[in-house]
Amino acid sequence: MSGKPKLHYFNGRGRMESIRWLLAAAGVEFEECFLETKDDLTKLQKDGSLLFQQVPMVEIDGMKMVQSRAISNYIATKYNLYGKDLKERALIDMYVEAIIDLNELLMTHTFQPADKKEQHFATIVDKATNRYFPVYEKVLKDHGQDFLVGNQFSRADVQLLETLLMAEECKPDILAKFPLLQSFKARISNIPTIKKFLQPGSQRKPPLQEKDVPKLMKIFH
Amino acid sequence: MAGKPKLHYTRGRGKMESIRWLLAAAGVEFEEEFIETKEDLEKLRNDGSLLFQQVPMVEIDGMKMVQTRAILSYIAAKYNLYGKDLKERAWIDMYVEGTTDLMGMIMYLPFQPADTREKNLALMIERATTRYFPVYEKALKDHGHDYLVGNKLSWADIHLLEAILMAEECKPDILSAFPLLQAFKGRTSNIPTIKKFLQPGSQRKPPIDENFVAIVRKIFNI
Repeated sequence: MSGKPKLHYFNGRGRMESIRWLLAAAGVEFEECFLETKDDLTKLQKDGSLLFQQVPMVEIDGMKMVQSRAISNYIATKYNLYGKDLKERALIDMYVEAIIDLNELLMTHTFQPADKKEQHFATIVDKATNRYFPVYEKVLKDHGQDFLVGNQFSRADVQLLETLLMAEECKPDILAKFPLLQSFKARISNIPTIKKFLQPGSQRKPPLQEKDVPKLMKIFH
Repeated sequence: MAGKPKLHYTRGRGKMESIRWLLAAAGVEFEEEFIETKEDLEKLRNDGSLLFQQVPMVEIDGMKMVQTRAILSYIAAKYNLYGKDLKERAWIDMYVEGTTDLMGMIMYLPFQPADTREKNLALMIERATTRYFPVYEKALKDHGHDYLVGNKLSWADIHLLEAILMAEECKPDILSAFPLLQAFKGRTSNIPTIKKFLQPGSQRKPPIDENFVAIVRKIFNI
């Protein structure tokens, strides 16, 4: 049964945000059903909607899809954001998997206990500026094209932009040594569907605030 | 440039084992170059072989592929183990992510202090028997086929078998409430390429022991 994809998650970024980005970039309108309490989650679990009892869950094309990578893979393929052949797919996958690793670090920062926060922050900055960003800077430098893979807009570009912005929220000058990533950021941000998503009032979610953490823990623990 | 894929990793299972399983199940011969010391890892890093300074790395079809899932997806697609269309792919992805989560719970147990390990082992058993195995048991029950998706062997089946065997190493009777998974295990283990991989002398790696934990810690500085 067709209709807009429907996203089930809490009202925050978490593991659903990359999916929101991807749908938005593809110009796909979607609905959201927010989990506000533990009961909301329990209800979904009890009515058999969650294959592994977990969210994210996205109702799309007659399926109740779970597992964020499975969902993202499906959306990327369906909307032609996954390269033109197996080799381009391989490159996109490599780039995206590393971005997910960095995202994981960024995402878990708010949950760090106070005494570990400073060291965690240092780890984020170290990994971002020494391990990950240099790779994407070099990719863009080597081929001189606007997009990461195959001279065509793909999920790798969407997810890299998402992460660059999240990293800047953590440390505003984190891209100081990466001129090509700076222009990449500006360029991709200007793509009409993405520009729209970056405007206030879109379905993009704000960063998690520390004050929201207890509510979140109540839903998921 | 053709030639056998070449795997770069330690001599243990870790994140490379699922890749070994998939290649073996596809009947693809592969070579392995083992990282025995910290210096071996540094050398790979210094000669620019590791895109993000990490292993697994697999030399395949002229690429130096990294990131476990990227490598697995490539192999699955190349050897027709990824379903026949987008929807079958979606199901395979969902199932594989589930078994990845389950194996992830098992993989790190030997690296944890004894008290945490015991707690996490109990949690893994609970998750295996209440969250994961029931899903695969039901999938097999609902369609009555031999394989999880599309009535054909796929990456999802191979990954599930690997997860079942790993879970049984932790608790031998962990499948007692899952008759269809037991039958699945028997059946899938008998597929010639997989049967071969399960025999002694294959490139399948044994479970990790304490000595190897120490070696891994040294290599990766963890």
